[in-house]
Amino acid sequence: MKMLINVPETVVADGLRGMAAAHPELTVDVDNRLVVRRDAPVAGKVGLVSGGGSGHEPLHGGFVGRGMLDAACAGEIFTSPVPDQMTRAAAAVDSGAGVLFIVKNYTGDVLNFQMAAELAEDEGVRIASVLINDDVAVTDSLFTAGRRGTGATLFVEKIAGALAEEGAPLEAVADLAKRINEASRSFGVALTAVTTPAKGSPTFDLPAGELELGIGIHGEPGRERRAMMTAREIADAAVDAVLEDLRPDGPVLALVNGMGGTPLLELYGFNAEVHRALAERNVPVVRTLVGNYVTSLDMAGCSLTLCRADDETVRLWDAPVSTPGLRWGC
Amino acid sequence: MNASATPDAGPPAGPSGPVIDAAFVRRWLSAATNAVDREADRLTELDSAIGDADHGANLRRGFTAASAAVDKAPPDTPGGVLFLVGRQLISTVGGASGPLYGTLLRTAGKELGDGATAAPQELSAALRAGVEGVGRLGGAAPGDKTMLDALIPAVDALASALESGAGLVPALAAARIAANEGAQATVPLQARKGRASYLGPRSVGHQDPGATSAALLVSALCQVAEATDEESAA
Repeated sequence: MKMLINVPETVVADGLRGMAAAHPELTVDVDNRLVVRRDAPVAGKVGLVSGGGSGHEPLHGGFVGRGMLDAACAGEIFTSPVPDQMTRAAAAVDSGAGVLFIVKNYTGDVLNFQMAAELAEDEGVRIASVLINDDVAVTDSLFTAGRRGTGATLFVEKIAGALAEEGAPLEAVADLAKRINEASRSFGVALTAVTTPAKGSPTFDLPAGELELGIGIHGEPGRERRAMMTAREIADAAVDAVLEDLRPDGPVLALVNGMGGTPLLELYGFNAEVHRALAERNVPVVRTLVGNYVTSLDMAGCSLTLCRADDETVRLWDAPVSTPGLRWGC
Repeated sequence: MNASATPDAGPPAGPSGPVIDAAFVRRWLSAATNAVDREADRLTELDSAIGDADHGANLRRGFTAASAAVDKAPPDTPGGVLFLVGRQLISTVGGASGPLYGTLLRTAGKELGDGATAAPQELSAALRAGVEGVGRLGGAAPGDKTMLDALIPAVDALASALESGAGLVPALAAARIAANEGAQATVPLQARKGRASYLGPRSVGHQDPGATSAALLVSALCQVAEATDEESAA
């Protein structure tokens, strides 16, 4: 598989160096693999720290900036960062108002952030944590590591980030982050398997005429394989899977997210089918975001995330944000 | 030679086998690092079937860093070496295996305390404490298709062999067999923890990469005990 890289070993560091070159408004620590707001710590503001394996860009480093994250820790490809990075990030963004860790529910992320929270608290930083677990494809949580964190991460980082920017205290920001996670559900579909730089070949076999339903964002295969479907059929399947679990009684925010290898034109076409499917099921959509935001390297496919939205959620969603990956209102 | 042999008297062996000192644990680290390096591709291959294709690369990075840290500032007790290796794995591996293997070795190192040498029973108890630490941190139970499916049989076999009067070398050989059998026995299991659990029934039929790497680490320990024993016998 051809890739636009030097060698697999330096992919993450090379990407961070390029990010530093493109975004002088961010402090990029390539050695420690941190992306931090240049004006951190912001006086009186709760610091938002997230992180995870690399390969999901713009998540998380691309969401650092005003109105969203204060810092992001980059792990190896698809591998959680280590506690040392997280405590360093917490120290860099803590103004005294405390720090919220936004953690996607994967065993590695959970364990490393848990260790980091204990270490940071030893150093006198107040830490709250929110676990993101929105993926409805993981059904039986008693017999699994629990639902994965996927697209809802973007909703939580944006909406809780807007509240933090207004100066809300740690408890309120953490509480909102938890509510947004609980109000969000996602479902993903892969048309191709992902190829990691280290392996150089697809992580699983997906024949040309088939697709995987219920995939995650790390190249792990999904729950079910079917003969290839149209965008219309995939939208119906994704909308039904999400609605069955979310059961909204009002409007929703929608994220139609590309996995990295699907053209924006196709994503917009898919979004049209999602809106059609939601209208048929009497679910109003108040805001829609379409694009590659929570990706899985070169995987072709998409995920749908819906979030039950009240007026306050919409107001915070619309609030100004200025990051490499998401920017409006300023 | 008797059990009070001092660590600087060459590679020493008591009546129950090689003496477990800092140098012994460093030889294990070196053997483990070589094993992880040699088997990295196989671990990654197993991980790509039911995980995310990085287990070999992650462990290679961690053990290489741990070796470098121990070479740079070698602790003078077996517990100190294990603790430092555990701390380095936590700081460099990431993923789930970093905190889990890190906790295993860090806990075992702490359990060994400050002694310049450890008796086989002390090593056995320390490893059991480490394995229990892994269980607490990860929340997995036997049969969940995790590293514990190799580690628990290994520490059980080690303890019961020592209990029945075996020396360190045969006791570790029993642990090695138990770890390998435990790893192989993960093939028909359905994963209930970690990334493989997302696959549900599709995780059946694959050997767990974590149990496989755990068996490698146990094998390295046995290999070092055998080599130390032969050297001191020669």
